[in-house]
Amino acid sequence: MTTSHSVMAQLNTGERALALIGGEATDANLRRYLHGIPGIDAVGLEQRAADLGTRSIKTSSKKWAIDKIISLIDLTTLEGADTPGKVKSLVGKALTPDAGDLSCPRVAAVCVYGDMVKHAVAALGSAHSRGTDAGVRVAAVATAFPSGRASLAVKLADVRDAVDAGADEIDMVIDRGAFLSGRFAQVYDEIVAVKQNCRRPDGSAAHLKVILETGELNTYDNVRRASWLAILAGADFIKTSTGKVPVAATLPVTLSMLEVVRDWHRLTGAKVGVKPAGGIRTSKDATKYLVTVAETVGEEWLSPGLFRFGASSLLNDVLMQRQKMTSGHYSGPDYVTMD
Amino acid sequence: MTRLAVPKTYKLYLGGKFPRSESGRVYAIQSHDGEFLANAAKASRKDARDAVVAARSALGGWAGATAYNRGQVLYRIAELLEGRRAQFTAEIVQSEGVSVAVAAAQVDEAIDRWVWYAGWADKYLQVAGNANPVSGPYFNLSVPEPTGVVAIIAPQTGGSLLGLVSAVAPALVSGNTVVVVANETMPLSAISLGEVLATSDVPGGVVNVLTGSPAEMAPWLASHADVNALDLVGAGDLDWIHLEIDAAETLTRVLQPENGPDAASPSLARILAFTETKTIWHTKGLI
Repeated sequence: MTTSHSVMAQLNTGERALALIGGEATDANLRRYLHGIPGIDAVGLEQRAADLGTRSIKTSSKKWAIDKIISLIDLTTLEGADTPGKVKSLVGKALTPDAGDLSCPRVAAVCVYGDMVKHAVAALGSAHSRGTDAGVRVAAVATAFPSGRASLAVKLADVRDAVDAGADEIDMVIDRGAFLSGRFAQVYDEIVAVKQNCRRPDGSAAHLKVILETGELNTYDNVRRASWLAILAGADFIKTSTGKVPVAATLPVTLSMLEVVRDWHRLTGAKVGVKPAGGIRTSKDATKYLVTVAETVGEEWLSPGLFRFGASSLLNDVLMQRQKMTSGHYSGPDYVTMD
Repeated sequence: MTRLAVPKTYKLYLGGKFPRSESGRVYAIQSHDGEFLANAAKASRKDARDAVVAARSALGGWAGATAYNRGQVLYRIAELLEGRRAQFTAEIVQSEGVSVAVAAAQVDEAIDRWVWYAGWADKYLQVAGNANPVSGPYFNLSVPEPTGVVAIIAPQTGGSLLGLVSAVAPALVSGNTVVVVANETMPLSAISLGEVLATSDVPGGVVNVLTGSPAEMAPWLASHADVNALDLVGAGDLDWIHLEIDAAETLTRVLQPENGPDAASPSLARILAFTETKTIWHTKGLI
């Protein structure tokens, strides 16, 4: 990492990556680079995360945090039992999270399976962001989500399908098997190929979120390496989990990913987003993430372009908290929608 | 040789566990003649909130249990109370300053009350439900169903164990779950009853015992949108009219304060106060 900041900033993503790893993206070069990254002090990381989780956020700050959390949510439904009707009602909730209080902000995006993208786009209508900052985006999981066990051709077809249907964001999964057995180049090449397939005919491109599935990576060191690998390959966002394995997003894992994003920003000036997903169910949990983001990479990251929560049940808890703050008395599940 | 005194600091009974108050506060419980007995947790509004969450999540299992099973579980409480008779008697003597005989009589009455209400669990339905005659080939059945989460301000005067049992037991019969604010100055019986319930067959969260100030917690429970019924039996000294008004905002069923020795006396009406009647139609014979 001797290349100076100004030089790095002028290069495009691919050139930057190659300059950093010092050669072509081969297994050997990538391994040399990724294993050269300093290891993580697991105890220190967990302590730091626990410490950040003790901040007390009250009154007006809490109000701000609640609205911020809502505006950062990727409202998600990823079930085998999803139907166009369910996606439609999810979009309804994304647009009007609290029907009793229209001052409630909209969520950042709805996150669905690829075949549901067209239904989500249709249901959003004029509220669909279509590449702008306003409106609600449509995110699609792709590349044989959640296992990622399919040939590259199938994965790329999956991505193109979702992009053609109008997805603004693609959530891809990495091949954890390849990553864990040291075939880093395969993972790298897949991300690069998926990124190319996110391009639309008009020259714009869907944003690419790379799911590391940290619950299957076993160590913090692996999470850090996978984060670097995804960013080097051109990820716009790195995302913790699919939500389909027992261990999903945790605060220490997210903190370690944020640290990579911070280091990358220092090194190149480029900004990569982070999306913890799965297991964040209460507004108290979500607030801890806001604190961690603000303290690690800065408040600038607390915007839908750079930070998201992948969640479904979180929104209801946040809405109940919001109703409590507005009305002065505790709310209950009868006053928010059923999922 | 004298032993070192072991003063206790009791905790709350929430969701089948014994947590400290989230506020970290405690207050001293005194005997009738002003001596220090123990510390009790002084629950805050957030403990009350957590208790409602625990009660809500326990509701499905308890309301869904068969009436026969609920009767057995309530009877089991009486059995356990019987085994702890000496402890409850001693605590009542200490807190209320009554004679051992009077305290033992109160414990007996409390045990009998559990048995009485346990018996109603699979019977109140026959009494309060009905097959309505309708002009068509249909069964038309009205059946009482549990209201949901019931918040109770336990009697603050009189027998500290009997008052609590008289208020809690009838709500449990039909399958409601309970958040009860104990007698503020004499909470020992409520704390010990929590320990009894924890080792009985009552599922965690079905009964949640808060110790502390009813004046502090009652407004939050009354206005809580997820509380379905409010039993103000022991709220006579509070501003209970405003509690009733707050409760009305979210259509919470309310029972007004009762005073005197007959407060919360055993009755079918107390069971039915926490039920809602559901009427269903069903075709009569498809043969």
